[in-house]
Amino acid sequence: MISARVLIRPKEGILDAQGKAVEGALPALGFEGIEHVRVGRIVELRAEDDRRLEELCEKLLANPLIEDYEIEIL
Amino acid sequence: MIWGVLQFPGSCDERDALHACEVATRELVSGGGGPADDVSGRGGGTSPAAPIDRSRLVWHEETDLSGLDGIVVPGGFSYGDYLRAGAIARFSPAMTAVAEFAEAGGPVLGICNGFQVLCESGLLPGALLTNESTRFICRPGELIVGESDSPWLAGLEPGEKLSIPFKHQSGRFFAPPEMLDRIEANGQVAFRYAQGQNPNGSLNDIAGVTNEAGNVLGLMPHPEHAVDPLAGGTDGLKIFRGPARTAGAAGA
Repeated sequence: MISARVLIRPKEGILDAQGKAVEGALPALGFEGIEHVRVGRIVELRAEDDRRLEELCEKLLANPLIEDYEIEIL
Repeated sequence: MIWGVLQFPGSCDERDALHACEVATRELVSGGGGPADDVSGRGGGTSPAAPIDRSRLVWHEETDLSGLDGIVVPGGFSYGDYLRAGAIARFSPAMTAVAEFAEAGGPVLGICNGFQVLCESGLLPGALLTNESTRFICRPGELIVGESDSPWLAGLEPGEKLSIPFKHQSGRFFAPPEMLDRIEANGQVAFRYAQGQNPNGSLNDIAGVTNEAGNVLGLMPHPEHAVDPLAGGTDGLKIFRGPARTAGAAGA
């Protein structure tokens, strides 16, 4: 078995409403000078091998229209 | 016209949708709005169930859509909206059947979460992102009918204004530039938010799109909640009437 971590994030150029909301909250909490906050997600999994991970990302874990993904084999 | 309304774990608008289908069909059968118990078979008659009584919910594990003339993929939070709205529902057995139904030209309507499911399935172009405001919105609103040949818009005029409730958190329509151009050029924009009413940041004010053939329609607002004068108007029925009218004309 292998362990893999998939990082999924909104494509560059698409308004990331969650990231914007987080960024908007920062000054009130005293965090100054932080910008370009993007919120994505991480999926961790184990698999027999890495052959179909790409397909898994394309079909389910990410929506290629709006999201980029990176697969990291651990 | 016999309708099937999909029901996923987490769906919540399926009963309103089924009611809307029944109202639209009953109205058609009775020739315009009045009660039609004698025709529908309800009210104690012994005649076999008329089509209106055979419209039904379709559980997400079902694969047999035979006998159904139209499919609605309703609103709600299918599979908890885990991962992305509609992402998991797309893999349900019923959706495989819906894809075949759509491929054969059958009318399919996706509302809100159903729209998201149809986009995730690739039956409709584009994707729905979290509202620009990140907030859930729930209020009355207006749509403008687009220039489209879709059977769902039969009986509607381009430019006509419909009052239909808005109720969603992930309704921001997005498509990459080339895809957006194609959708516009092909006349696939079925509905836009009326001027100044875009509630979520959708590109080109798009509220609903069809596939290229026009038989699959998805929209973010909720026509199934606008079918009764007591509950804010009946403009939603105008959408459900489209394919019902076609089926009626064909003698169904």
